[in-house]
Amino acid sequence: MPFELPSLPYSLDALAPTISKETLEFHYGKHHNAYVTNLNKLTEGKPEAGKPLEEIIVTAEGGLFNNAAQVWNHTFYWNCLKPGGGGAPSGTLAEAINRDFGSFDKCKEELAAAGATQFGSGWAWLVSDNGKLKVTKTANADLPLKYNQTALLTVDVWEHAYYIDYRNARPNYLAAVIDKLLNWDFAAENFTKVSY
Amino acid sequence: MAHRLPELPYAHNALEPSIDTQTMKIHHGKHHQAYVNNLNKALEKHAELFDKSIEELMSDLNLVPEDIRMAVRNNGGGHLNHTLFWTVIGPDAGGAPTGDLAAAIDRDFGSFENLKEKMAAAGATRFGSGWAWLSVDGDKLVVESSPNQDSPLSEGRTPIFTIDVWEHAYYLKYQNRRPDYLSAIWNVVNWKQVAANFAKATA
Repeated sequence: MPFELPSLPYSLDALAPTISKETLEFHYGKHHNAYVTNLNKLTEGKPEAGKPLEEIIVTAEGGLFNNAAQVWNHTFYWNCLKPGGGGAPSGTLAEAINRDFGSFDKCKEELAAAGATQFGSGWAWLVSDNGKLKVTKTANADLPLKYNQTALLTVDVWEHAYYIDYRNARPNYLAAVIDKLLNWDFAAENFTKVSY
Repeated sequence: MAHRLPELPYAHNALEPSIDTQTMKIHHGKHHQAYVNNLNKALEKHAELFDKSIEELMSDLNLVPEDIRMAVRNNGGGHLNHTLFWTVIGPDAGGAPTGDLAAAIDRDFGSFENLKEKMAAAGATRFGSGWAWLSVDGDKLVVESSPNQDSPLSEGRTPIFTIDVWEHAYYLKYQNRRPDYLSAIWNVVNWKQVAANFAKATA
């Protein structure tokens, strides 16, 4: 199989109680895995099977785009979280956040608001758009790569990301993830890849 | 007049085991209530629209001023769609449609089994959040799906039956297994109400 489910960068219970083991069992083990399985089915015997995921994402539409993008989004999302995360960025990323949002608190507020107001299924993002940092939101599988933006961080706001732990209370999930799990080292690493 | 959450026409546990008590409590009491609240909040900016029924608003969204059109489409749709959904499912239900509705289903889909397959496929393949619908289009029945809270009413068709496929409709009991939920829902379809909706739509 050309595409594989990447291993989770921590154990299934590592994010509890903010995100429960049960949620990760379904979210990683079932949802993410299903996107990989579907992507393999859709690309079997086709030229896409040998292409990098990003290349498929920027050209594909429909079911192929949805599954390829959701494979990418979830892999990225797992890396955006870590046990004992939260806190604040430092270095050049911290400076860029202050420059473009005014303060780190403002950046976090915008991220929480983007996630809370994404109607239906989707994602909230911190992106670099030609060097300028922005908070955005996308529907369903859509992602910054489609808009020539570089993703620095994301929070999944599909209901399956939080329904077991938070029910309808999406804002509580967003607040907890931002406060306790976001991996700002990973965001800083993504920021270093941004070309000016 | 401000829009209000309709009472559930049966107890929260009345659809067990197909739809669990906790899901019904949160789905009706939290999700549907939030759509009603957010719809009213949006309409406050154009209070003259409180005179219009939710069906009138959703039938012609172009009549809604642009600054609240998306809020009405999303939250008005959420209110309208859930209001229909609660009435077309119920206790002591399931089975098969009868009478004129059954005849129209056979005419337009070949058989009741085909209709069920089409509805299940429409629900299973709706990527993200949305609804599967049985609608009246002119003098024909059609199966369709819509994203988020969009209603066939906004497209000129009259929905007579629907299945909610937002994850909140099934996640506590079925988790990622949307097709299992789509199989179980036939146990609780209130065909009498669907037949009444059909009669009204084709009168």
